[in-house]
Amino acid sequence: MIWVNTIVQGILLGGLYALFAAGLSLVFGIMRLVNLAHGDLIVLGAYLILLLVTLLGLSPFVAVLVAAPAMFALGWALQRYMLNRVLGDDILPPLLVTFGLSIVLQNALLEGFSADSQRLPTAGLASASIELGAINVGVLPLMTLVTAVLVIVVLNQIFYRTRLGRAFRATSDDAVTASLMGIKPANIFAVATGIAMIIVTIAALYLGTRANFDPSVGPARLIYAFEAVIIGGLGSLWGTLLGGIIIGLAQTLGAAINPEWQILSGHIAFLLVLLVRPRGLFPRAVD
Amino acid sequence: MTILSLNNVSKSFGALRVADSITFDVVQGEALGIIGPNGAGKSTLFNLITGNLKCDAGTVHYIGEDVTRSSAMQRCLNGMGRSFQIPQPFEKLTVYENLLVAATFGRNASEQAVIEDCAAILEQTEMMPRANAVAGSLSLLERKRLELARAMATQPKLLLLDEIAGGLTEGECQTLIGTIKSIHSSGTTIIWIEHVLHALTAVVERLLVLDFGKLVAIGEPDTIMESKEVREIYLGIDV
Repeated sequence: MIWVNTIVQGILLGGLYALFAAGLSLVFGIMRLVNLAHGDLIVLGAYLILLLVTLLGLSPFVAVLVAAPAMFALGWALQRYMLNRVLGDDILPPLLVTFGLSIVLQNALLEGFSADSQRLPTAGLASASIELGAINVGVLPLMTLVTAVLVIVVLNQIFYRTRLGRAFRATSDDAVTASLMGIKPANIFAVATGIAMIIVTIAALYLGTRANFDPSVGPARLIYAFEAVIIGGLGSLWGTLLGGIIIGLAQTLGAAINPEWQILSGHIAFLLVLLVRPRGLFPRAVD
Repeated sequence: MTILSLNNVSKSFGALRVADSITFDVVQGEALGIIGPNGAGKSTLFNLITGNLKCDAGTVHYIGEDVTRSSAMQRCLNGMGRSFQIPQPFEKLTVYENLLVAATFGRNASEQAVIEDCAAILEQTEMMPRANAVAGSLSLLERKRLELARAMATQPKLLLLDEIAGGLTEGECQTLIGTIKSIHSSGTTIIWIEHVLHALTAVVERLLVLDFGKLVAIGEPDTIMESKEVREIYLGIDV
């Protein structure tokens, strides 16, 4: 029974990692851009929510609704005025720029909010749980997984059912031809990063309500997200969810054996998947 | 009415002059064929018309407006559609989605507004049975048809076709000619680059001959093909 419980907790933790990874996966899928500042942007989102909570007295779950449009605008502007300029055949410039952005964000957050660790208040929700048979399931982890699935369902609906989604896929296929059809790739990329920042804000909500955070935790979130994306197969959203769950499961199982093994087990699972399936579980047909 | 007018258009790549003071007009509703040996500057001329390349000198007028400095996208939105010599479909989208993207963004319309029209174009280009196939899985003929269908989905006033019959079997070529004829007879102005001469002459009213970036001759196909100069340049025959 302990093992069933561990597995359930692992899957639920995977929901959090999938949320960290979904935005990264979206941006990579559309414009082959690896955003090394992704983890720090999640932390930025958490501080933005914290600011709204402390200044306006909002619940974090309401504050996220205010923060999301702001983060969309930030993502849009970031892509439009900075990242679009370095996108090209060479993958190094965007890596360098987002690496620089990561350092700037960490230091700005340190300057603004100090190194003290913070937490978003949840009025008891963080400790609430429901009983499913013999297993106790935390309400917050359950909400995280449900949100992650919802985010991926909505993203897939956008991708395959809307005009914007088809423009995303067409631009991802061939930006030059897309521009001849009247699509503006620069705008499409900006909207995509904007949407990714909305997901980042949602991820930030669960990051901040489930655990403590400080300005330096971004890079570790980036690594979990990155591993989830790669396990799933670059650019596949359902693969990203599965990737997140695999990392979550591995960490929880590792921790059940020895608490010191939690983080290590996640990385080992990642390496094992890469050994067996170097291109991830659901790779694109051509890339 | 003149739909397209080039006036002394020139373009060089380094020392190579790929378009040399080219001047000609295209009347609305007409079909003009462009022929010339490989490297004569045919595709370059298309790129200058569509705005994918900027002219070094000269002007391009389209529907009465000077478009010499406007972007390829702007010209597309104003009704200039083109197909590529090498088909460039969106490989991971279905045939139908390829059309939807071209129609919604090329006309700046909603998906609801273009659905029926896309279906009609699929019928006209005989691509209806393959509507839900992923474009990456198509045969060469199907790719060429999709290229044509997608160009039409932008609802072009002027349709530019680049070697769309190349590489097809005789039978495939004939069906494609039929399709292009029907597009032409519905009033679309066509400029068509083609090596397959009989395909061209079955549709176009005028032929333009290019060689080393220069306009050598323009006129009715019969007259052009009988001219000694053209036969020498284009067919490489000493007469």
